Amino acid sequence: MTDTTTHSRQDWQSDQEVRWCPGCGDYTILAAVQNFMADLDVEKEDVVFISGIGCAARFPYYMNTYGMHSIHGRAPAIASGLAVARPDLSVWVVSGDGDALSIGGNHFIHALRRNINIKILLFNNQIYGLTKGQYSPTSEQGKRTKSSPWGSIDHPFNPVSLALGAEATFVARTIDMDRLHTQDMLQQAYDHKGSAFIEIYQNCNVFNDKAFIKLTGREEREINRINLEHGKPVVFGPENQWGVVMEQGTARVVDVSAVGIDRIHVHDAEADSPSGAFALTRLSHNPIGPTPVGVFRKVQRPTYETTLQQQIHDAQASRGPGDLSKLIASTGTWTVE
Amino acid sequence: MTEASTIDPTDQQIEKVHTAAIRFAGDSGDGMQVAGARFTDASAIFGNDLSTFPNFPAEIRAPAGTLPGVSSFQVHIADRDILTPGDQPDVLVVMNPAALKANLHDLAPAGTIVANSDAFVDRNLEKAGYDTNPLEDGSLDAYRLLAVPMEELTKKAVEDSGLKGRGVLRSKNFFALGLMAWMFHRPLEPTLQWIDRKFGKDDEVRAANEMAFRAGYHLGETTEMFRHTYAVQPAKLPAGTYTNVTGNQALAWGIIAAGQAARLPVLYASYPITPASEILHELARHRNFGVRTFQAEDEIAAVGAALGASFGGHLGVTGTSGPGVALKSETISLAVMTELPILIIDVQRGGPSTGLPTKTEQADLLMAMYGRHGEAPLPIVAIASPSDAFETTIEAARIALKYMTPVMLMSDGYIATSAEPWRLPDLEDLPDISVKFISEANANGEFLPYLRDEKTLSRPWAVPGTPGLEHRIGGLEKEDGTGNVSYNPANHEKMTMLREQKIGRIAEDIPEIVVDEDEGAEVLVLGWGSSYGAILAGVRRVRAREQKVARVHLRYLNPFPKNLGEVLSRYPKVLVPELNRGHLWRMIRSDFLTDAIRYSKVQGQPLKASEIEAKLMETIES
Repeated sequence: MTDTTTHSRQDWQSDQEVRWCPGCGDYTILAAVQNFMADLDVEKEDVVFISGIGCAARFPYYMNTYGMHSIHGRAPAIASGLAVARPDLSVWVVSGDGDALSIGGNHFIHALRRNINIKILLFNNQIYGLTKGQYSPTSEQGKRTKSSPWGSIDHPFNPVSLALGAEATFVARTIDMDRLHTQDMLQQAYDHKGSAFIEIYQNCNVFNDKAFIKLTGREEREINRINLEHGKPVVFGPENQWGVVMEQGTARVVDVSAVGIDRIHVHDAEADSPSGAFALTRLSHNPIGPTPVGVFRKVQRPTYETTLQQQIHDAQASRGPGDLSKLIASTGTWTVE
Repeated sequence: MTEASTIDPTDQQIEKVHTAAIRFAGDSGDGMQVAGARFTDASAIFGNDLSTFPNFPAEIRAPAGTLPGVSSFQVHIADRDILTPGDQPDVLVVMNPAALKANLHDLAPAGTIVANSDAFVDRNLEKAGYDTNPLEDGSLDAYRLLAVPMEELTKKAVEDSGLKGRGVLRSKNFFALGLMAWMFHRPLEPTLQWIDRKFGKDDEVRAANEMAFRAGYHLGETTEMFRHTYAVQPAKLPAGTYTNVTGNQALAWGIIAAGQAARLPVLYASYPITPASEILHELARHRNFGVRTFQAEDEIAAVGAALGASFGGHLGVTGTSGPGVALKSETISLAVMTELPILIIDVQRGGPSTGLPTKTEQADLLMAMYGRHGEAPLPIVAIASPSDAFETTIEAARIALKYMTPVMLMSDGYIATSAEPWRLPDLEDLPDISVKFISEANANGEFLPYLRDEKTLSRPWAVPGTPGLEHRIGGLEKEDGTGNVSYNPANHEKMTMLREQKIGRIAEDIPEIVVDEDEGAEVLVLGWGSSYGAILAGVRRVRAREQKVARVHLRYLNPFPKNLGEVLSRYPKVLVPELNRGHLWRMIRSDFLTDAIRYSKVQGQPLKASEIEAKLMETIES
């Protein structure tokens, strides 16, 4: 490891030509990641990006760090092994809605519940891009695609709800178009000790253009984007005229003037229970109306690898470092002269 | 039982025998595995050579008293080197009618039955399918029958233990064990010490088990019907310190040793599966060795975690059985493509599908060899017996690290659960299997992750954290040298060949076959894996009949030792016994055009020496 230096964005760019479709949201996410990393107090040899399969999975090739473009859905498993073995590294998983939630759904939830120190970025474009346009586990019901000409029957996942259900300790959502917000979420995820999950709404301009227009359109976003801020009332709209109230555990949008600001829900990302954050995710199952972005949950829980290290440390302290010659004789021996 | 001589100094007849096989059989709740294991340990400490065969149902507790619920443990003890748990038990201990029914057909002619007569009541007889009580109806007249009311005697024996109610009868396995300890002159101390260690915290249970054990022993001592006993002298094994190991235990220790020999931390990632779980259990116990165990959410995650650890510069290991290997297949191919070292342990069991989870088979060899998509060759190494597991595991790790490749290490349910004496190795002599991580650019100031070693063809291992060597690997085809993604047709062919040649070159780095041969033998018997003991024992029997035979047992199944083709060509007849439908048989036919004879058994049970003997005689005489 070399002395800490400040890098430029260029330092994080690999020599590989970036090959996403022109206009793809992945470009802005890549730029946001490289920008954010440039200001980090970390050396690029200590950073690893691991991906599965899909458009987003090309990401590691474009980062001048260690990286593995692995197989479909398995990146969280591979990253888990790496992070458990090497807690000194900063390990990132780049995934898509098919990769993380369909074929890799199992690894995704288990990585989150274990609280292994990996950062999972989910580029959610609500479509299968690399295989040219089938519906994904986040596509809205009724969506017509090549594999659902009559409309998709599947009920979609809300990835943030799922992550909270898996009791992830850090859960956030951002939007590809908003680079500064994305960088803020990345920074908070990086600072968090444990698994961190960021859903990034990412526009696929070829197979699912404008899927997030309600949050990205100049006029639409004014009335639909809810910025979550820890410790602040959940209000939105051009005049902050709308707000969210909790009624028996369910979040509901109201006119602030009708109920008074005191009744508006104050967002607590650090609450022990994920219930409040979960209720907020239910405001919009798909981003077609008022939709929260920002940090839903940020709580502390011991990470898997530090607890494992502690167990190893404790075992060595109480029993001494392992002595193989004693171990292989531990069940009783006899000697033949 | 192989007889030596009979002496009759007093009224007690002590018959000296060279070998004896004892089978404890009962309900799966009767503690037969414990009784067998204790008898085994006492015999090991006494100095006998031995071999064991636990056989239990897949159900945790099948309905009591029924045939599917029968669990057994066979132990073969000898005053000389033996190789199998014995084809037929000489003494059969049965705790209920179902155990008798399920095991009687295996008992040696005129063998001894020790039966818990208390359990031979109408209800149990009916459950086992007996119309009349076999202990009374004369149907066992061809055997030596010793009917003992073990439950009543156990109850009486443990009266002062403080234990009450149904728990009292749980000690009856120790009563049976005590009786066998008398009959075979086993030392009592090892068992008494074990009871003390195991139940020390529960005074009543400890006392009850000890009392039952002693009562069984004393019954033998004082009862006329047990005055005929057997003495099996200690075996003259090669000098050294021995312990008794199961295959899973020795394999787990081999993993720890491999990490030490490689000077690498170990990460063992696994998903619970019979019969491989004990490897995970054993490694999880020893945190002070620094081994990281990771119980993954599924088989795929387990191999993924092992691969991730390996990318990070650790020795990544995953263990499973056949169904798990099937699930891991895609990730193993990724390891072939990324050329990272991982060890995949396949403790084979009867298949396909869930098959026979607690029974043994060797039917995963072709999956290990070919069960991946694309051209994905990898080395295969097979363990021959519990005492071979330690060393072979280290060898598999050596190949993985030196050649930067996933390695399949084959074991099976028989090796995993059976036990035999193992001469403790001198750990000073562990091979140095360490490899160097690359730390600097390797091509004129540039780092090429796929620049190969000229001799081994393996690529450099650059681990994250190494400045200047940042690189990306993955499942897409790699450009030779740079490792960049390449769809170039000629490059794909070149890389396919390089991966194949790399595995092929391992043949230069493993010992050639040495044939165990009689001058002029026309029949070669070729085996691999757990059939080692049965084949060697069968060969000895054939030799005792003054027939000539040659024997080869393969540890390396891919690549084969380089003289295998030449060796096979020397014999007019090659017999390949396997617990499958002919996997190795097919491989040698396809590699060497050897018109070998297949000898297949797929009953979930190991081969027997007598089966090998009969087949060899048939082959020799044909």
